[in-house]
Amino acid sequence: MLQKGDTAPDFELNATPDQKIKLKDFKGKNVILAFYPADWSPVCSDQMALYNEMLKYFNKYDAQIFGVSVDSVWCHLAFEENRKLHFPLLADFEPKGAVSKAYGVYDEEVGESKRALFVIDKEGKIAWSYLSPVAVNPGADGILDALEELNKK
Amino acid sequence: MSVLKPEINSQDHIQGDDSASITIVEFGDYQCPYCGDAYPIMKEIEETFGHQIRFVFRHFPLANAHEFAFPAAIAAEAAGLQNKFWEMHDALYENQYRLNAELFDELAETIGLDLEQFQKDSASEEIKTIIEDNFDSGMRSGVNGTPSFYVNGTKFDGGATDLYQILKESTE
Repeated sequence: MLQKGDTAPDFELNATPDQKIKLKDFKGKNVILAFYPADWSPVCSDQMALYNEMLKYFNKYDAQIFGVSVDSVWCHLAFEENRKLHFPLLADFEPKGAVSKAYGVYDEEVGESKRALFVIDKEGKIAWSYLSPVAVNPGADGILDALEELNKK
Repeated sequence: MSVLKPEINSQDHIQGDDSASITIVEFGDYQCPYCGDAYPIMKEIEETFGHQIRFVFRHFPLANAHEFAFPAAIAAEAAGLQNKFWEMHDALYENQYRLNAELFDELAETIGLDLEQFQKDSASEEIKTIIEDNFDSGMRSGVNGTPSFYVNGTKFDGGATDLYQILKESTE
């Protein structure tokens, strides 16, 4: 798993069937990558739903958040619509898990991304990373601490 | 381990004795069904452990997922300005099954609030700020869903039933 100080590998992933997100287009902005195993976990405490409530706080730190899983764009679209998510979910779908692998957070055995967080600074360097047990929603305190740290610089 | 930030202060709604040895903080949402399930268990905890327990509630409305969560938090805070926060808190959970935009005034009347003042306070920016500060506190304390509990300032990884069990074991 990539750590603080590593350069964040660039990627180009679909957010919708006809919109691709390139990491390098976000130079000059802080980026949060939230890798997670799968869409449709059946609870209120869903990690993506939680981040959805925090977008304006992330905004305050000039940070854009992306969710990343191996689900397809169509699955993401349905999930976003159902949960009224207002940030992009990226499909690490073809080749499957390639970006998760590049960040060192792919679980080969189950074929899903692990539950991992990265905060990437405005120059494209990883400022903070965290691997959570798959069953535990890590919340956002680590992300906010990392963003606050970046703000001090 | 996630810890409660900021610590309990004069802004908080607190039930129970200041001298209690165990302080429980709940981050909750009035429309969240799991918080609704936790409500009677928290009552039971307060009854069973009496003076040993101090209970604090902070708002963590998942406003995108639950359309009435934020207005309900406002109603509780507005009732708080008439010293009836806990009466509204209880009424909201007891009537969660029929939560809607018209319910707040009805509950305000039921618990005996000055309705005009309640409506005026409900529209105030100050109350919005209090709820946003509570939410901010939750994010910084590592709230990862509702309800989230903190026992003596440290995040408790479990629900209200687990909490009851642990308390039972530790006070036996």
